[in-house]
Amino acid sequence: MSNLIDHIGQYTVDGVSKGAIYALVALGYTLVYGVLRLINFAHSEVFMVGTFAVVVTYSLLDVQQYPALVVAIPTALLGLVVAGLASGGVALLVERSAYLPLRRKNAPPLIFLITAIGISLVLIEVFGLVLPRVLGGVLPEIFGRERAASLSVPYLFERRPVVTIAGTTIDTIHVIVLVSAIVMMIGLDVFINRTRYGRGVRAVAQNPQTAALMGVNQDRVIMLIFVLGGVMAGAAALLWTIRIGNTQSAIGFVIGLKAFTAAVLGGIGNLRGALLGGILLGVVEVYAAAVTSSAWEDVFAFIVLVVVLMFRPTGLLGESLGRARA
Amino acid sequence: MTTHHAETNAPAEGTPRHAAPDGPAGGNPLRRFNQRRHEMMDSVRERWRALPKWQRFLAVVAFIVFLYYLPWLGYLPGGAPPRDPVANLQIPPFHLIRTDLISGGTPWAAVLFTCALYVMVAVGLNVVIGLAGLLDLGYIGFFAVGAYTVAIFGSVDSPVVQALQARFGLSEDWAVAWALCIPVVIVITLISGVLLGWPTLRLRGDYLAIVTLGFGEIIRICARNLNGEAGPNVTNGPRGIAAIPGPEGPPSPDNQIFGLVDAKPWYWLALTLVILMVFGVRRLEHSRVGRSWLAIREDEDAAAVMGVHAFKFKLWAFAIGAVLGGTAGFLFASRYAYIDPRQFDVKTSVLFVAMVVIGGSGNMLGVSIGAILLVYLPERFRDLEEWRMLFFGLAMVLVMILRPQGLIPSRRRARELADRAEEARGGRHRAEEATTHA
Amino acid sequence: MRRINLRAVGLAAAALGLVVAAGCQANTNEGGGGEQADYCGKKVGFFGALTGENAAIVIPSRDGAKLAFKEYNEANPDCQLEMVEFDTQGDPDQAATFAQQVVSDQDFLGVIGGAFSGETHGTIPVYQGGGVPMISPSATRVDLSGRPGITVFHRVVGHDGTQSAAIAKFLQDEGATKVFLVDDGSAYGAGLTAELAKRLDEGDPQIPYVTDKIQEEQTIFDATVAKIQAEQPDYIFYGGYPREAAPLFRQIRSAGITAQLLGADGLYDPQLASITEGAAEGAIITCPCLPAEEAAGTFAEDFEAEYGTPPGSYGAEGYDAAKVFIDVISAGASTREEVLAGIKAYDKQGASKHIKFDAGGDVDPSVVVVWSYEVTSDGLEPLKPLGVQ
Repeated sequence: MSNLIDHIGQYTVDGVSKGAIYALVALGYTLVYGVLRLINFAHSEVFMVGTFAVVVTYSLLDVQQYPALVVAIPTALLGLVVAGLASGGVALLVERSAYLPLRRKNAPPLIFLITAIGISLVLIEVFGLVLPRVLGGVLPEIFGRERAASLSVPYLFERRPVVTIAGTTIDTIHVIVLVSAIVMMIGLDVFINRTRYGRGVRAVAQNPQTAALMGVNQDRVIMLIFVLGGVMAGAAALLWTIRIGNTQSAIGFVIGLKAFTAAVLGGIGNLRGALLGGILLGVVEVYAAAVTSSAWEDVFAFIVLVVVLMFRPTGLLGESLGRARA
Repeated sequence: MTTHHAETNAPAEGTPRHAAPDGPAGGNPLRRFNQRRHEMMDSVRERWRALPKWQRFLAVVAFIVFLYYLPWLGYLPGGAPPRDPVANLQIPPFHLIRTDLISGGTPWAAVLFTCALYVMVAVGLNVVIGLAGLLDLGYIGFFAVGAYTVAIFGSVDSPVVQALQARFGLSEDWAVAWALCIPVVIVITLISGVLLGWPTLRLRGDYLAIVTLGFGEIIRICARNLNGEAGPNVTNGPRGIAAIPGPEGPPSPDNQIFGLVDAKPWYWLALTLVILMVFGVRRLEHSRVGRSWLAIREDEDAAAVMGVHAFKFKLWAFAIGAVLGGTAGFLFASRYAYIDPRQFDVKTSVLFVAMVVIGGSGNMLGVSIGAILLVYLPERFRDLEEWRMLFFGLAMVLVMILRPQGLIPSRRRARELADRAEEARGGRHRAEEATTHA
Repeated sequence: MRRINLRAVGLAAAALGLVVAAGCQANTNEGGGGEQADYCGKKVGFFGALTGENAAIVIPSRDGAKLAFKEYNEANPDCQLEMVEFDTQGDPDQAATFAQQVVSDQDFLGVIGGAFSGETHGTIPVYQGGGVPMISPSATRVDLSGRPGITVFHRVVGHDGTQSAAIAKFLQDEGATKVFLVDDGSAYGAGLTAELAKRLDEGDPQIPYVTDKIQEEQTIFDATVAKIQAEQPDYIFYGGYPREAAPLFRQIRSAGITAQLLGADGLYDPQLASITEGAAEGAIITCPCLPAEEAAGTFAEDFEAEYGTPPGSYGAEGYDAAKVFIDVISAGASTREEVLAGIKAYDKQGASKHIKFDAGGDVDPSVVVVWSYEVTSDGLEPLKPLGVQ
């Protein structure tokens, strides 16, 4: 406990930076849930695919660790584009091939959930088993071994202190992750609340039948939110490679669960709630790990979830996409 | 609501309609085939009901006897593997069903035991998901509680038993007897079901799923962490607890029947428990409790208006599911005599839900088939072991899209899904009409 | 009506017939075992995680064992011995099921395994019950051997007590002032780290240490890194496997921590430098396994000729375990009891070390050599054998 209190500033900064990644992934869950009332279990694998896309791209380009800024920034942006495309593409593919037929049949939520879980499994296996066999010849360094223990990506940015306040150091990675996450979030928020397409999304979220009557193409809106969620996950994937740098086919599950917890914590369907929930969750986990050890942090995260759901089931900020509902 | 665009050539009133596939496979030949299949199944059902009671009883008894006979499937006396199977003692093609004919294949009786165990789990989870309509993604937690209870109290390797031995000066071989563990397991799993259900059952369906998932994980993490270093030593942590007793006592070469090698008596024990459970749950289904569950599943608010206290019955469902799952865990621990936290992970929970939903949730026969397939197929086709998860994922997706009511659906469920599909078709036509007329 | 009657009666008669058949069968089940035939055509099992994430650690020992059998079978074409592989994926109940199959098939005279301590722990009682001798090439947990009443278990590898003693001595010799111990909470990692902590306590001089735990599949290690920064150790020891070590080591280094990284045989992975993008370079890994060049005889060359790569972790130990069985069986042992007796009396130089088992099943600690390796971008460079005393 004293450890925590002595370094509380540092732990908080670490937690916020960790939580920012949860928040970005949480956006995907919250968007889809807000409109479709569906927990998109496969979203965690969408994130994983984004990380793989970055790994493959950087490997093909033979990116080195800690390149000069002139090289690093464009490489990061390229990674963002690649991850966004990959994740958004997979999300859209999943929606078109699996969720669309179910929606046509007005399947109950349980069926959607099971399908999503199945897709999750399929994606994990495809990227863990199939991809190495297919790409093993082309990229032997990364796919030489099946289910490699870990695929790594060189760090683009060094971890250097930016500012130190009262013993708490905020370094470059913290800044990059947090700023990027906030920028993407603001972008999404603006999109949802200020543009025509965003209005369509809010309309469908509020009442699909009326939206249809008003001429909103529900199908297009749904494709849009899946792509948006996927792109956010792609951004999270890129930030992940900047901060952590290692990935494997199974990382989606834990991140996804935490991100979903974050979304619920903040109020599912609520974009700002996703940000708040993510950051809060990241901080709680880091605090818990500081007091006990990392071995207990998941337990704490789930306990927080249960407590919040018991006393405020709609989450901290309530459930509403944008400002459509109270 | 269902009168426009009569595309479904709906047959006579008595037979339930079924959601004909709308997608690329749809079309009249497939629909006709489906309908004929449904009609056949329904007529089989009607013929079954038309049989006099004593014949139905006899058939059931014959079936149960067959189940007990299964370990010897495919062979005449004296010929069963692993002794070199004498070819002319085989009863083809039944011997091909066995799993122990390929190199590295699992003993058939062991596979049967695992099937029986998973059927137990499926029946228990069916009570939660199929009968009460609660999506539980953390069912492995109850399984783990059952397994760890017998391990903690019954094994001399358990830290709790060792602490008790030290405290009360008991001999080093003392532990709670296996038979005494049974009521302990039932009580503890019941309590755990209530404990887990209390805070969570007021939540909406999707939230319930995530929270139960979380609880399943919490149980596994606690089992892993409570090893004296990160917490008080209750479970030996990742080292696991060995020497878990069976009905004859701690594992030893002297155990005659419930030994470490021959799985047949274990299978029969599990089978007996499964049969008891199936009968018990059937009675429950047709009792007031079962009807309350049905009412809650269909429309919770209407049920409340009719005086059905939803929360209480949901809690009952959870508790009963917990006891059934815990019993399966108890048997599991007894047979393998060793457990560790890694065996109780989320993936298994997800597979449990998969087998219930793919098999046909709400229908005990359906979920049993789901369970048996889940266990049997990867054992029989061992070369595909690596691809197992991929196949299950694909199976889940395909079954949910093409046949969401499951392989052997409960008729209610099939009807419910068909109704929803009809509604959707109707709604879509209405929306299209509306936008064209707007 | 008559048709249905006949059908039901037929069903009942069939059921009755099956019961009778089953009854007859039950009586004949007790025949069978203990053929006094030649030892040719007998089998030895190999069980371990041959697929899955941790298979890379097990496959070299499987390959080593296979090589031994191949050599024998080529030299004795009219009397072959077979090695049957069982893939447990490291799962204890898979291992237990295979154990039962092996025990009930009298053609199996022994098993090489388990590869991991967890699955070994669970299956020892089963093999003991069937009298099937076990020789493990890589299960290192201390409490696996020397159990009262267990006679079948042996291992050709030094256990974690030896390895942890070697690591502790290494730290003492290097003059470590503070050690940070991290483990992944697994059966292997937590056990080894606990052993090491004990040795550090008992050592002279006593080396202070701080402990931390992480989870399997964890990827974000902020809390651990922060703790390390607060404690400022000069050595960081990680007990666990590469999947978690890779991101952990990267995060440690990118936080600017320069302490020496240490790992044990679980991290024996030639790719360690590349999956950590160089963060693990310079780290020191210990292993109670020999470098390829040090193996006695022509084992290393033969392995490389057969498989195209140098023997990895426990390749030589797998070979030795197989060789023990082969030597004992081909000397005339054709029942499990004879094989067991032969193993107890075995006293020969193997590829990895001189093999002679004590009463508990361990090899003499004095012949166990723990080697240290340095992680480089080309793989693992052997440094030196570590003393234990």
